[in-house]
Amino acid sequence: MAIEVRIPTILRSYTGGAKTVDGSGDTIADLLTDLDSRHAGLKDRLITGEGSLHRFVNVYINDEDVRFLGALDAKLNDGDSVTILPAVAGGALAFAAAHALRG
Amino acid sequence: MARYESLLDACGNTPLVGLPRLSPSADVRLWAKLEDRNPTGSVKDRVALWMVKAAEESGRLRPGDTIIEPTSGNTGIALAMVAKLRGYRLVCVMPENVSAERTSILRMYGAEIIFSPAAGGSNRAVAVAKEIAAEHPDWVMLFQYGNEANARAHYESTGPEILRDLPTITHFVAGLGTTGTLMGVGRYLREKVEDVEIVAAEPRYGELVYGLRNLDEGYVPELYDATVLTRRFSVGTRDSVLRTRQLVEVEGMFVGFSTGAVLHAALAVAHQALKAGKRADVVFLVADGGWKYLSTGAYGGTLAEAESALEGQLWA
Repeated sequence: MAIEVRIPTILRSYTGGAKTVDGSGDTIADLLTDLDSRHAGLKDRLITGEGSLHRFVNVYINDEDVRFLGALDAKLNDGDSVTILPAVAGGALAFAAAHALRG
Repeated sequence: MARYESLLDACGNTPLVGLPRLSPSADVRLWAKLEDRNPTGSVKDRVALWMVKAAEESGRLRPGDTIIEPTSGNTGIALAMVAKLRGYRLVCVMPENVSAERTSILRMYGAEIIFSPAAGGSNRAVAVAKEIAAEHPDWVMLFQYGNEANARAHYESTGPEILRDLPTITHFVAGLGTTGTLMGVGRYLREKVEDVEIVAAEPRYGELVYGLRNLDEGYVPELYDATVLTRRFSVGTRDSVLRTRQLVEVEGMFVGFSTGAVLHAALAVAHQALKAGKRADVVFLVADGGWKYLSTGAYGGTLAEAESALEGQLWA
């Protein structure tokens, strides 16, 4: 089962610079485990010690946020496209805004 | 009655307009909440007015005070108008790569602009604003990403207007930026309408925008509460441009690119309802008109050209 996964710039050190990689799995959790077998360390960057998605990471299946589809248990189908992105608030100014403000 | 004592009183009460051609069927209909019909042409007039009033009521803001805000767009323009009419000075901090129309409008309203380096992105603008604010402890930063009056503006005005005009609403779709619109309208509708779906459309920018050094520098606005949302879509630049053009071609609505992203998500949920044989009244929010984005060139040429014109820009 082939799933195309788009990797953000900041995580391409784990994929040898590749923007997209192929993976497989019935759920997002399975997919990340599969990816980690070839791109060691990737999974740890996305999942916290408590086993949930990192707060500042968004994962989308065919453009829909997996947090509203069952999170790590979200189901995957052959041909799905998965996108991983850092959380930035849209609109305008946002990223790291809190970081900067809380300083 | 459409008569008002002043421009500030004319904020809100925007039209809800049907989309007879883009609606999938007689039972699955799309409705646009035209927030470009506010005094400065965007949904942010409500936010600016509510934030300023809240700061006045709490005593944080007094006549003649200076407001400083990191903003690259509509919030700055709305704040500039409100500040002018209520007697405040406004200083906006923004990345230097924002569109020319925006800086011209801000200066016209009398706002002062401090540019931060484009390369530093928005976090740099916020950091610069914070540094300046620290040097001027008497200046007031309203900070829309964490200001409860932002979401409250929509809980108290936008949400009630939508329900008043369309009691049969089943879905509300809006862009996710500060998250204020979705949090405010979403909470209001969830209290009043059983099983209403609150759908977020988040613009997906070019890679430059996501060039953070590490994941810990990501940002989720303080206002965001995921439990208010039912679904959340990420919409790429090409889909947003396509829908923006479709809206003007088919329904005659000339909107900004963020609304294209919102329409894309609205059409997705509408067609899913159609397929499932369910009735639906899908309201989507038009945050602003297209005027401020003409200089991007993205309304003409091929889709690929438009996409490349918006690459690296914060188009929503």
